[in-house]
Amino acid sequence: MTDQASPAPRPHLVDKESTGVIDWSSGPRRFITLYLPLSLFVIVLLFPFYWMAITAIKPNGELLDYKNNNPFWVKSPTLENINKLLFQTDYPQWLLTTMTVATVATALSLFASVLAAYAIQRLKFKGSNYVGLAIYLAYLVPPSILFIPLATLIFQFGLYDSQLALILTYPTFLIPFCTWLLIGYFKSIPYELEECAMIDGATRLQTLWKITLPLALPGLISAGIFAFTLSWNEFIYALAFIQSAEKKTVPVAVLTQLVEGDVYHWGSLMAGALLGSIPVAILYSFFVDYYVASMTGAVKE
Amino acid sequence: MTIAAEARPVPQLTQSWLVRLFDYKPFLIFICLLPALGLLLVFLSYPLGLGIWLAFTDTRIGRSGVFIGFENFESLWHDPVFITSVWNTLLYTGVATVAKFGLGLWLALLLNNHLPFKSLLRALILVPWIVPTVLSAIAFWWIYDPQFSIISYVLVDVLGWRDTYVDFLGSPWPARWSLIAANVWRGIPFVAISLLAGLQTISPTLYEAAMLDGANAWQRFRHVTLPMLMPILAIVLTFSVLFTFTDFQLVYAITRGGPINSTHLMATLAFQRGIPGGQLGEGAAIAVAMIPFLVMATLFSYFALARRKWQQGEDND
Repeated sequence: MTDQASPAPRPHLVDKESTGVIDWSSGPRRFITLYLPLSLFVIVLLFPFYWMAITAIKPNGELLDYKNNNPFWVKSPTLENINKLLFQTDYPQWLLTTMTVATVATALSLFASVLAAYAIQRLKFKGSNYVGLAIYLAYLVPPSILFIPLATLIFQFGLYDSQLALILTYPTFLIPFCTWLLIGYFKSIPYELEECAMIDGATRLQTLWKITLPLALPGLISAGIFAFTLSWNEFIYALAFIQSAEKKTVPVAVLTQLVEGDVYHWGSLMAGALLGSIPVAILYSFFVDYYVASMTGAVKE
Repeated sequence: MTIAAEARPVPQLTQSWLVRLFDYKPFLIFICLLPALGLLLVFLSYPLGLGIWLAFTDTRIGRSGVFIGFENFESLWHDPVFITSVWNTLLYTGVATVAKFGLGLWLALLLNNHLPFKSLLRALILVPWIVPTVLSAIAFWWIYDPQFSIISYVLVDVLGWRDTYVDFLGSPWPARWSLIAANVWRGIPFVAISLLAGLQTISPTLYEAAMLDGANAWQRFRHVTLPMLMPILAIVLTFSVLFTFTDFQLVYAITRGGPINSTHLMATLAFQRGIPGGQLGEGAAIAVAMIPFLVMATLFSYFALARRKWQQGEDND
């Protein structure tokens, strides 16, 4: 198909700017078919966050009275919910735990993945493709079918209710992802550069450290922030392997510790959800392009 | 080499011996693969096998079980809660996947136009996917509140389309649809952005050629966009089906399987029976029952990948 189409002369029918899927011409039509649905999508996709934020700063009176207050706005914003969260619960402790677990699990996974990707992509050996495929298949094993046997394993190892349980189990879904991403990046680096270094007397590990890794830095950043986000968001292992309230991670703690009895304190719940989202949101805002690259990269490879 | 090494002082000798060991390819391959494969074997492959073994035992928390054959599966087969959870999982996966892909493809096509602030728009659209699922699920829980739901408020007090507030999570069917809606909401960004990446790789010359041949917008979509998008669509679909099928967080956070166990997915039921319920064997059996579906999805992915290689040729790696 590509071969047939490529020699065709470029007509000047299409506006060079448009990618040519649909060439909308006039204003009103473009509004109805493009901007209107697009803004609806954006509003629906972002509304829950707006709602979370507005609920988090509402005083209780406004929160539960829609007749006299417009629920979409807040008249007298309050920081009481956030204050309560930070100073009357273990929230800072949960944040710290989540941060520690996510950072260490990411570092461990990156270390293992760089080496594995290097071995598979650069030290071509008999069966390296099969090892690559096996790691890809590992990515398709979801945590939902692993957490029960893993729980018994964690118990046997005496790791139950410890951060180490999470640090050691998170790599099971981080390593396959990072390895595949890095294999793709290593592929794009010319092998000649490494050969030159090795001719000059560098060992393989020196080449990896001084030539390949600096060139693969965008890939490392992508894999790193992505792995961090995945660990930050992880839920089922943290729910199953951690019992003590003060050792829980943010997603689990918000759901299990902030819900007290039948009366839900929506204000502090929403504040907890919002604060727990902020670290990944900040990371995301700095590295949007890396996120997109890693997400689409993982799908393409 | 050996003679030169012997002539050197001793510390130099050990160092060069180490350096040479790390440059010896089989050893280096072994060392490089050790951390990744070690972790995966201990914490992924072994538990996977252990899970299958547990499914055939009557293990409980704190008591190792004995082999009981298919007893777990037999009792599950007659367990209405389990059967409901299987149907729920299939419904949840089926409906949510179709909706996610329909809407996601639409959004991708919209974003593929020439737009102002395109990268900002793309960044905003991905936010639901970046934020921890459980935390956005809590926002949905609040949105679905029986008394203070903002959706009900809009429908009743602003638009006047209904007289009573919707009881989103109080009865089985509304609860199921509410969960599916939340899952679709969370899944659209991933589908849209992945497909957008696929759309951007389609060469404009193909569209120009089609236009020269007199194809209209629908024909261009049907005969150019869709076939070119198929390989990436197949892979995104596989991942989406896989992760929707095994979804746990949304349901656990919003309904915990309620009302009266009517919204359990297989994953949440496995958790409920296995961890708080303590019936590890039975929980493992429920988890193992998911495996056939996952294997089918994986095979689908594998063949889609193989087909992509074949389509693109080897030079276009």
